[in-house]
Amino acid sequence: MDLGPQLMLASLDGAVGAAVLALTALGLSLVFGVMRVVNVAHGEFFMLGAMIAWFVASNIAGHPAIGFVGALIIAPLLVGAIAASADWLILKRLDYEPEATIVATIGLLYILQQGALVTFGPVAQAVEAPFNHRIEIPWFEGSNVGWGLFTTSYKLFVIAAAITILLAVWLLLSRTKMGLVMRATQLDRETAQAFGIPVEKVYALTFGFGAALAALSAVLIVPIQQADYLMGGDPLLLSFIVVIIGGLGSLRGTLIAALLIGMSDGIISVFFTPTLAKIIATLVVAMVLVFRPQGLFGAKAQ
Amino acid sequence: MTDQATPKATETPVDENRRSLLKGAAAVGAFAAGTQMLPGMVPYIQAQSSEPIKIGFQVHKTGIGAAYGRWYDRTTRAAAKLINEEGGINGREIEIVAEDDGTDPKRGAEVIEKFATQHKTDVAFGTLFSHVVIGSSPRAGELKMPYFVVSEGHHVASGGLNRYTLQPGITDVKSQVQSMAPWVADNLGKKVTMIYPDFAFGHDHRDFFSEAIAKQGGEVVAKIAIPPTEKSFTKYFPQIPRDTDVLYHVMVGPAVLTFVKELGEFFGGRGPEIFGFLDSLEAVDINTPGLEFLNGSYFWEGNPRYTSDMSSEHDAFYRKAVGVDDTGASVSDSKDIATYSHMFGCWETLHIIKAGMEAADYSGPDDRAKLIEAVENIGVMPHSRAHPQGDKLFNGRTHQSFGHQFISKVEGGRLTPVHKTSIFDGYYPDEVDYTTQKL
Repeated sequence: MDLGPQLMLASLDGAVGAAVLALTALGLSLVFGVMRVVNVAHGEFFMLGAMIAWFVASNIAGHPAIGFVGALIIAPLLVGAIAASADWLILKRLDYEPEATIVATIGLLYILQQGALVTFGPVAQAVEAPFNHRIEIPWFEGSNVGWGLFTTSYKLFVIAAAITILLAVWLLLSRTKMGLVMRATQLDRETAQAFGIPVEKVYALTFGFGAALAALSAVLIVPIQQADYLMGGDPLLLSFIVVIIGGLGSLRGTLIAALLIGMSDGIISVFFTPTLAKIIATLVVAMVLVFRPQGLFGAKAQ
Repeated sequence: MTDQATPKATETPVDENRRSLLKGAAAVGAFAAGTQMLPGMVPYIQAQSSEPIKIGFQVHKTGIGAAYGRWYDRTTRAAAKLINEEGGINGREIEIVAEDDGTDPKRGAEVIEKFATQHKTDVAFGTLFSHVVIGSSPRAGELKMPYFVVSEGHHVASGGLNRYTLQPGITDVKSQVQSMAPWVADNLGKKVTMIYPDFAFGHDHRDFFSEAIAKQGGEVVAKIAIPPTEKSFTKYFPQIPRDTDVLYHVMVGPAVLTFVKELGEFFGGRGPEIFGFLDSLEAVDINTPGLEFLNGSYFWEGNPRYTSDMSSEHDAFYRKAVGVDDTGASVSDSKDIATYSHMFGCWETLHIIKAGMEAADYSGPDDRAKLIEAVENIGVMPHSRAHPQGDKLFNGRTHQSFGHQFISKVEGGRLTPVHKTSIFDGYYPDEVDYTTQKL
């Protein structure tokens, strides 16, 4: 395949990965930013979103779009509720002590993973896309590129949907009272409490919201990939890479790092190998940690 | 939201992440160890001659082999039921002791150890994924536990394992691809691009097919290895050279459906001829939306999924006993597609264990060496209820069976066998003589 078409294919594939990664990592970053909780179970919320999407879609008869829309609504809500109750049941009892919450979320990881195995079974499941048309991409230089240079309408939808959701989250955080309360809690928990902000409720809400974002991105990706109970590992690792590069707690950094990692993963995978893409991503993390430990957009220690 | 963060936040994440990963790894270990403690608590009573013969069944209940595990389990239980109904082995019932290996080599070896020390099974049996076989076999050899694998890998006949590991119920990849290559070269083309999973099983495909197609005057123009845990595949496909005549694909793991769908999207109705190993579609309905492009393509099948005029009465009997309908789906759930090209190996292997134990007049673990020798001498196995896939020839020196292979065409939403190879199409010279090793 010629360089041009191949690069285009790689960029499109990378953009889908970046879009989904941005949403997932945003959830992780938000939870850390507001609550100072490193949520190791974040990938499992992603997995739960995908499994619930499959469960909902396969139990709603009719056109695949109906099942998909059902999953798009039910999965994030349900996962958000599970996460919020986990916060109330576990994290709150630990007073959000950083080390304790890490151990607790590791425990949560196994509970969710094995719970999904028991509930949904070990087999990978597929969700049918609401629509999926192959779109041939015309390439003018070589007259006959033939097979290979394409995308699908659903992949374009995933990119558009992720951008819309990201904008909505940004508006929520910057323009609404809920966002204001969350930002206030992030800045100074005690002062926020003194001003009458129900900090515990904000924490439960934030934890649920972060998990719901992971679930939402899983619902978007599951018609492209399949859902199984072990799928939470990769999104967790990539989300960590993204938030470390971007700066934990920085939304802008998270978005830019997701774009960087997602796109480079797509492009390096196509031109070289996916393993090299992972190696380079890890190397970038190491370099960022050495030369800019607070992340590209994280604030310096005060 | 601002980017401001507390000192703690900016300084600890690195450590916290690293620590959490370590802790995570430790937790996995502890969890695995914890779950394996429970069944060993059952006190064991010394087997009398009337006690059942215990067959340790190492099964992929979870992990990337789960779809195969489900059907290996059903097939094994159906075969055990039949054997017991017909009087068991030497008048003793057989009991299947199943243990999940999580499709993981390390756990596989632990399962073998559990069979030997806790369950005190007579033999171990059943594994499919080659990395689990390779991980478990040395332990089976050390424990002198006869280990009957149903794996297809060439690792048994290559001489890499030991005298206690045998593969009598299913042919190996080397034999399979050797018998496919002439047909592929004659009917589809000579420039082949291979896509295969990046572990022992896939490497067998890569090495032996490259060798076999070269003998037919063909060549492999590109070799694309994909990790078996991969979830998305389009990014690998641009490596397929434009001058490819035939795309040869074999994929395993949880995402095979995604793999085949993305392949179809990539070609968009054009592209080279497609020849696949049915592994890429085991447990997947070929009429799933998105797979229409497979129409007209060809597949290797170990045992044809759909009944046809090639099907035998023995296959019909076996199909009914396991609970599979004429289209390869479960009789109780038409969406539950069998791993029909592989699972017959469990049925046949159990019958071979029976035949071996009867020939050796097996009475308990002290007769394990006699059992190995008896199976090594089993030789020709006729097409029968015990061998519904077809007749086979077991090579006692290499511990590997040879049998027939099928090539099926996808047409009208079915897989129709169009070619059946002879046993000797897949025969190759010995690479090892296990009988020279001590028992």
